Parts: sequence; C-alpha cells; structure tokens
Amino acid sequence: MKPPPFDYHAPVSVDEALEALAEAGPHGKVLAGGQSLIPLLNMRLVAPSQLVDINRVGELDTLTADAGGVRVGALARHATVERSAEAAAVQPLLRQALALVAHPVIRNRGTVVGSLVHADPSAEMPAALALLGGSVRLARLGGEREVAAADFFIGPMESAIEPGELAVSAFFPALPPRSGTAFREVARRHGDYAVAGMAALVTLDEDLRIVSARVACVSVGPGPVVVDVSDACGRRPAASVPWDAVTAAVRDRIDPDEDIHATAEYRRHLTGVLAERALKDAARNAVTEAAHE
Amino acid sequence: MTTKLFGEPVRRREDARLVTGQGRYLDDLGPGALAAAFVRSPHAHARIRDIDVSAALDVDGLVAIYTWEDLPGALAEPLPLLIPHPALTHGRTAYPLAKDVVRHVGEPIVMVVAEDRYIAEDACALIDVEYEFLKPVVGVEEAVQGVHLVHEDVPGNVGAHMVQEVPSRDGRSAAEAIAAAPHTLEFRLDIERSACMPLEGKGVYARWDADDQSLRVYSSTQTSTSVRMAVAAKLGLPLPKVEVIAPDVGGGFGVKIVHPWPEEILIPWAARLLDREIKWTEDRREHFVSSAHERAQVQHVRVGFDDEGRVLGLDVTILHDNGAYTPYGIIVPIITSTQLLGPYKIGAYRVEFSSIYTNTVQVTPYRGAGRPQGVFCMERTMDRVAAYLGRDRTEVRAANFIGPDEFPYDQGLIFQDGRPLIYDSGNYPESLRMLKELIGWDSFPEMKARAAADGRRIGIGVGCYVEGTGVGPYEGGHVQVTSDGRVHVSTGLTSQGQGHETVFAQIAATELGVPIEKVSVVTGDTRRFGYAVGTFASRAAVMSGNAIALACRKVREKALRIAADALEADPRDLEITDGIVHVAGTPSASIPLATVAVLSNPLRYAFDEETKRATQFSGASSMDRPPVDEGEEPGLEGRDYYSPIRSTFASGMHAAIVETDPETAEITILRYAVVHDCGKLINPMIVEGQIHGGVAQGVGGALYEKMVYDEYGQLLNASFMDFLMPYATEVPRIETAHLETPSPLNPLGIKGAGEAGVIPVSAVIASAVEDAEAIPIDRMPISPSDLHTLRLRLAR
Repeated sequence: MKPPPFDYHAPVSVDEALEALAEAGPHGKVLAGGQSLIPLLNMRLVAPSQLVDINRVGELDTLTADAGGVRVGALARHATVERSAEAAAVQPLLRQALALVAHPVIRNRGTVVGSLVHADPSAEMPAALALLGGSVRLARLGGEREVAAADFFIGPMESAIEPGELAVSAFFPALPPRSGTAFREVARRHGDYAVAGMAALVTLDEDLRIVSARVACVSVGPGPVVVDVSDACGRRPAASVPWDAVTAAVRDRIDPDEDIHATAEYRRHLTGVLAERALKDAARNAVTEAAHE
Repeated sequence: MTTKLFGEPVRRREDARLVTGQGRYLDDLGPGALAAAFVRSPHAHARIRDIDVSAALDVDGLVAIYTWEDLPGALAEPLPLLIPHPALTHGRTAYPLAKDVVRHVGEPIVMVVAEDRYIAEDACALIDVEYEFLKPVVGVEEAVQGVHLVHEDVPGNVGAHMVQEVPSRDGRSAAEAIAAAPHTLEFRLDIERSACMPLEGKGVYARWDADDQSLRVYSSTQTSTSVRMAVAAKLGLPLPKVEVIAPDVGGGFGVKIVHPWPEEILIPWAARLLDREIKWTEDRREHFVSSAHERAQVQHVRVGFDDEGRVLGLDVTILHDNGAYTPYGIIVPIITSTQLLGPYKIGAYRVEFSSIYTNTVQVTPYRGAGRPQGVFCMERTMDRVAAYLGRDRTEVRAANFIGPDEFPYDQGLIFQDGRPLIYDSGNYPESLRMLKELIGWDSFPEMKARAAADGRRIGIGVGCYVEGTGVGPYEGGHVQVTSDGRVHVSTGLTSQGQGHETVFAQIAATELGVPIEKVSVVTGDTRRFGYAVGTFASRAAVMSGNAIALACRKVREKALRIAADALEADPRDLEITDGIVHVAGTPSASIPLATVAVLSNPLRYAFDEETKRATQFSGASSMDRPPVDEGEEPGLEGRDYYSPIRSTFASGMHAAIVETDPETAEITILRYAVVHDCGKLINPMIVEGQIHGGVAQGVGGALYEKMVYDEYGQLLNASFMDFLMPYATEVPRIETAHLETPSPLNPLGIKGAGEAGVIPVSAVIASAVEDAEAIPIDRMPISPSDLHTLRLRLAR
C-alpha cells in the first residue's frame, strides 16, 4: 500500500497552482485534505503522475458568511466550517451535515470543497449543496466559472471539474426566512458513510403552513437526489401533512443499489423513513426560526 | 509474605511505554533494511502458466526477485502441517511461494526485494503472471457437493471428518434419546466469517551476521520459539545460530500463532542469501487476503428434551469452512464440537463435523477459536427449547446445569489437547444468580412493557459458556536475582499487549517478597528462554504464571538456605520482606537479597565493594566443602516448568438488553452485563480489560463483521471502510462481576481469561434481538438491513 511514483508540486498561490494544473492537464490531481485521495493513491486505485498540493495556498483558506450565504474556500477544513458560528447562523444545514461527516480527526483535515469535487453519492456535503442550490467556483489559468450544484454532480465520483481546473470555493445560499433544515442518516457505525441519508429544507408561510419542502437523498442514486415534495405536503402545518404520500413521492424518485451493507429494498424503505424524520425536524426548526422573526 | 501483589489491580507497567509511542513494534526496527513486497494472486483459483519478471528488472533500486523455482531444499516444500490429527485425512498446506496452482486471492507468488517498499511495490506492479483460470469453490455447502475441487487430490473437498458420540447414562445413543424424548426440534444455524484484525499486522525483520554465521529474526509472532525451530529447519541452520525475538506486538488474537508464515522463512532466507537486512511489514490489504479468517460454519441441530427443558439428546452436524489450507489442523472445529456443551449435562450427544476446503483465505483460530460458534449453537438451542415450552430462558438453562458438587465433571469427549474433557471446577447456578441480579432479569418484563407503551422495542438475551484454558504441553520460567538486588524474570511465550509484564511481575514479587519495581520481565525472546510453546488458548497466565511461581519458589528456597548460613539461623525461621531476608520476629537479624545473590556466586574477582564478600579470601565459605557444593549451582536463579495434566475450565455468563428501531431496524445495545469466573484473579483490572476487549470483538461478530466473498472468490470488503469493526461508539459500557472458583489443577488456582469476553456475545445478542422482535434469529452477524428483511418475511 504505497503510491506509485508521481511528481509533487507545492504551489503557494492560486496562480502557481493553476499553472501546475494547466501543465499537468489530465495527469494532474489536486491534494487538499487528502482524506480520500491518499487511500486511493496508496491502494494504487488512482495513479496521477502530477500531484498538486494546495495546502500552502493561504489565499484558499477562507470562510465568509454574509446575508446572501456562506462561501467556503478550498482549504477550509470541515472542522473549521463546522465550528463557525457565523456560518451556522447564515445556513444551519452546514453544521448539521458536517456533524455527520466521518470523525473529528478526519474533519480536522478534510475540506468541504474537496468533498464536493470528490462527488461521492454517499457523502453529506454534495447533498447539502444540491439541496440548497449552491454552486462551486472553478478556476483555470486565465478564467473562472461558477457551476450550479445541479450541473456539478454528474455521476458517482464524477463532478463537472475539467482537467486544468481548480475548485477554489463553494457557495451555500443562506437560509430563507421562516425556514428550517435538518440532516438525518443511518450509518452502520458512527461516522461511516450513510446507508441512506436525508437533508431537508422546509419553508413556512406566516400561518406556519409548509409552502416549500425539499429533500436531498444520500446513497440512493448516482449523486445527491433532490426531490421537491412541496405539493405532497400540500400547504399544511407539519402535523397534518399526509406523510405516507410524501415518503412515497421520495421513494419514487430514487434508484438505490444493493451492496454488502444493505439491500436496495432496505435503502428504499429507509429513505422514506428518513425523509419523514428529516422533514419533520426541518419543519420544527422552521417554526422556531419563524418565532424569532 | 507481606509484599502481597497477587490479586491487586496493579496498574499496567507496559502502558506508559505503549501509549506514549515508546513501543518498539516490528516496523520500528531496522530503519535501513531492504524492503520486501509480494506479488499475490488476484484470482481465487488458477494455474500459473508463466511468470514474466522482465519489465521489473529495470526498476531503479530493485535488489532481487524470487519465485518458487528459486527456493532451495526444504524451503521448496509445502509449509508445515502444524497440528496433525488422525481425522485430518487430507491435510494440505501452501508452498511459501505458489508452485503451480493458487487457491485463494492473496496467495503469494513472487517475492521482490528492493531498497524500499515503494520501489518493491513498483516492481511488483510490473511483474506479469499468466494464469489459466480454474473454477473457484466458494461456500461450504457448494464445496461439499464436490463438483469442483480446491485440491485435485481431495475428493469432495473434505479435509477432515470426525464424529464424537457420548451415550446417555442409561446407554442410549443421541439418536435413540432424541427419538424417545417428549419433544424434539430441528433447525439450522449459520455463522459468518470474521478475522482477528490486530492493530499491527504481521511482520518479519531478519539480519544475517556473516562474521558469526548466525541469524537474528524479529517477528510479530505469538510464538518465537517455534518460529525459531521452523526457520532453523527450513534454512538448514544449527538451532544455536538462530535467535527469534517477538518485539512489542500490536495484538495477535490467534492469527500470529500460525507459523511459519511464508514471509517468516522467506525473509530470513533472503537476508542470509543477500547478506543484507530485510524487512517485510504486512499492510492491511495483505492482512485481509493472505493471513487467516475464522468462524464460518453451518450447523444442523436436532434436540430432544423433556417438559422441564432438560436436554435428553443432542445431535449436531457441522460444516466447517477451513478455507484453502489447513496449517493449523482441525483445532477450530474440534473446539466447537467439544466446547459446545458449555455448562450443561446433556443426556446423549453426537457431534459430527466435516472440515471443508474452499478457495478462500485459510481458517485458523481467532480469539474464542471455535467456541463462539459452539456457544451460539447450544444457546440458540436453549432459547428454542424455552420458547417451545413457554418457559423462562434462564430456567431452562438452570435445569441443565452441571451442579457445583459434580466436579470434576467428565463430558466424555476428547478435547483439543488430545486429553479428556474434564471440567475441574465451577459454580454455574451462582454465576446465573449473579448475572440475573446484575442485569435485572426478573424485572425486565416490566421494563419491556413500559418501553412498548412508548412505542419502543427492547429485548433481553442471555448466553453461557465454558472455556477450556491453559492448554499444555508446557511453559517455563526463569528467575534470576542479581547482585544489585534486581529480579529478572523470563518466559518463552510471547506478549501482544495482554499485560504479561505486569502480572508476571506481580507473581514474582509476591513469591519472592520483593518490591515489584525490582522485577523486570522478558517474554518471547529466545536469547533469554529457549523452551516454550506460545501464547494462545488463554494459556499465558496459567502456564507461564505457574511456571514463574514455581521457579520463584526454587529461588526463594535457595535464598533462604544461603541466608540461613550467613545469619546462622534456621531457614524455616526466615522470611523475605521488601527484598530483605530476616528472621521472623527479629527484623535486625537480616540480610538483603542482593547480598544473598552475591554470596550465591563464589568469586575469584571482585568488581565492587559488595562483591568482595564473595571472594575466596573473604572467609565466606567453609573449608570443609567445595565453594560450589555438590548439587548446587552458582548464582541465585531458578528455572522451572509447568505442565498441566489437562486444561482448566473457566466459565461465564453474559446478558444484554438491546433496542431495535421499529422503523429503521437499527440495533442498539443498551446494557451489557458479564459474570466471569477465571478462578483466582491475579489482577482484576487486567482481567476486566480482557473482558472488555473480548466483548468489543464479540459485538463486532454479532452486529458488524463478515468477510463477503463473491462467487468468484473475491473478497469484496478487504478494507476497514467496508469490513466493519465496532468503534468505541458501538461498544456498550460493560458491567462486570467476578466469581472466583479456584482451579484445583495448578499451584496458583488460576484459569485463563484472554478469550472469554468474545465467546458468548453472538449468542447473547441473537437472544436479545429475538426477544425484542419475536423473530427467530438463526444467523450472525445481523445488520439493520438483515433485520428489515426478516421483518418483511414475517409480514408476508
């Protein structure tokens, strides 16, 4: 379990990093937190010949929160974002999701943007970005583009990033008024990838009836599966929502696989259970939020 | 004896070193050594057509590449079959490097030696092996059909077939007793594969001393003495020219008692051949596919019983998956089939097992060593009998217990040591009483009803076991008191973190009457003690503990004799306290043990003030006798061995309360209680630690761990991402109580404790989940997905 040979680049600025990546083209790979890449290298499952380590690029170690949302730089560690009171105040789903990302030592090292680019359909952060309709900013030598979450996650372990590009930041929109979020998942062990997971966002009207409800499902599709269940919830307070219809609507949209940890049937069942639990949590949080306004 | 340390919760002396990174594990040694890596089979069953190494030859830093064809003499032969048994009619072992056929994914084919491990792995990746695919055999029930063979010359894939039968007291066979019983049940049970998974994998580091023509081998092993003999034999070296040392070892749990592993003879061989230091450190992926697994069995049970739940006849047929090879013989199924009876007296018993080859990693003992499967079988049987009769599960068990006055109790079977299975002592009714009190068994129905009212499902489970521990043939101990008053204890068996340095020091300090700080302990170093068997079968404390106690008693007797001379006293009037020999009741008439050590060794040459007392003009010795009297030896040291007539039988009972989520089917252990009886406790804290670790591994086996092979013999979860061992977050707080029923078989009255914790856990969790769900549980482990599937099946 030793990686095959590679050339190692340690740029100290975004420009240097982009130059290295441009030169490397399809043979380049960015090393940030390394929580997925290093095991893949050691098991020789990936073999990039050019490794661009961005850990010395201080300008990427940023985290800003304003009324519009939270922008997370490429070097912001999970733990930093999780602990940020400002980020949590603007978008509580971040902290809710990050608490479920692996273990503290992994969160100390792993980065939010790295997790997004890795695009594991079992990971929490892609679901959070997709649910909120966020975006990822991709830089290349001489240019930059902002890719919406809906276009960013292409398939299992596949995002829209192109050779030569560096994901420099991700943007998570702020929580709308009278809204609440929640993240629920079932993992085999504490901190494991979810067997199934669910991020939920609920917005209420002034009478505390649900006007908008969305979930993003984890581990049951090629990427995060966003389902709008506003209609199924039917502009009612959470207590009188026909939950069977809501969970059926979610279950209809997913296509889970069987693996060694769970049958597809169990994942489908669990997704419904978690959708109901997460939506109820989110609605409850929305009520609390509305009371503060 | 005033220095009483035996029985005290003395803090582990090794911990400061081990938890502050000061341990010296295999990979910490020989930083400049060459590295070895292996090309291993990616296929479960294939014939090797050709090995093309040419592309690897250009790798910068490559030193050597070896295949089977390069191996000389005994090295080219199959590895030893360590434990031959008459029933193992078709024992088969692997070659150190595959000769013609590979029989499981991970089997080593080529060894590469290079300047470092990176380069060695680069070279491995460039070696091209051409295979002819053979049909893989996976799963015992498919294997036993014998359509495709793992070994061409083993018909039906049956390595061993064995039957043991114990008739009832009135002479009925199990079949007759079952036929005549008022009630009968018949069912099938399944247990999945798991593995030891020590934190540190295997590893070997060898240095050849060309000047001395000698070899020093470090191995992360559970038996350095036996590795030494194997290396000397395989390399054709004189035994005194080979030394083997087990450094700090990061866990073993059974896998490291198997030896010699291919690497344990290949690395020393290459080190000598190249006259270079070479090291191989197993990585986790190698450990998954090329070491050993355990547990997998399919059991068919027939039981006949009366209205009280007394078992009148029990007939068990076991298909045991031994993987591709049988280097450790059939110890695992023998233990399953004999320890299955647990604390019970069964009317008539028949057990039959077949040990079956499959194209999977070989099966050798893993902590518990066949007992978890046996206990699962017996305890599932007890629960089914109770359910059938509508009786309390503990009542049915109690109705079958061997009584406290029935010891020694002969189960009528032959145990893993080839000796009669005779329980030496125990008190099962008292254990059960303590357990029921600890877990609150009698008040549980109320608790369950309250939970149900809140929409929660909880269940309680129980499991009992008896564990044969302290298996022979022997261990030895050597104790030397040097002229500085220090006590040096050595024993040949090895340590993997159990706390031997502490408990052996407690025993020596207690026996000799010295402060524990004066005692140092060395294990697993053949330079210090050459005769030993190894660490397995919960035997270290029983075997080496007693041997060290006996050696200490010899030293003490000699010390008192010499001190008596010096003090002009009767040895029978002397005591040793805090390292000082003194006349009982007259503390002023005393001599330090250090001085006794000086006097024990008549000197011509003094090396300090103290030792002048032992020189020839000091007047210390009588002119009537030679300085070293007949029958005496110089020095204050002693060596003794302990060889038991039979194993000693520890026992225990566990109970758990679990909660199952009605929607997600998640299973949570709310409480876990253990009553444990390992005879006299040397160190209750260390025993508790052993229990905790064992239960943690048991929780893994019950709820998380399985080796998932596909039909092609590929291990689908050969990493810690998908092979799920419980984290601290999955292990419940463990409540323990101790019962001390001394063993009459050994001087210290102790029994083994190492494996106990793991043994009944699967049975206990199955019992509890079954109670919560009212669904029969007949296979382990059980995952939420499995439970969900069972619920759906029941609903249909």
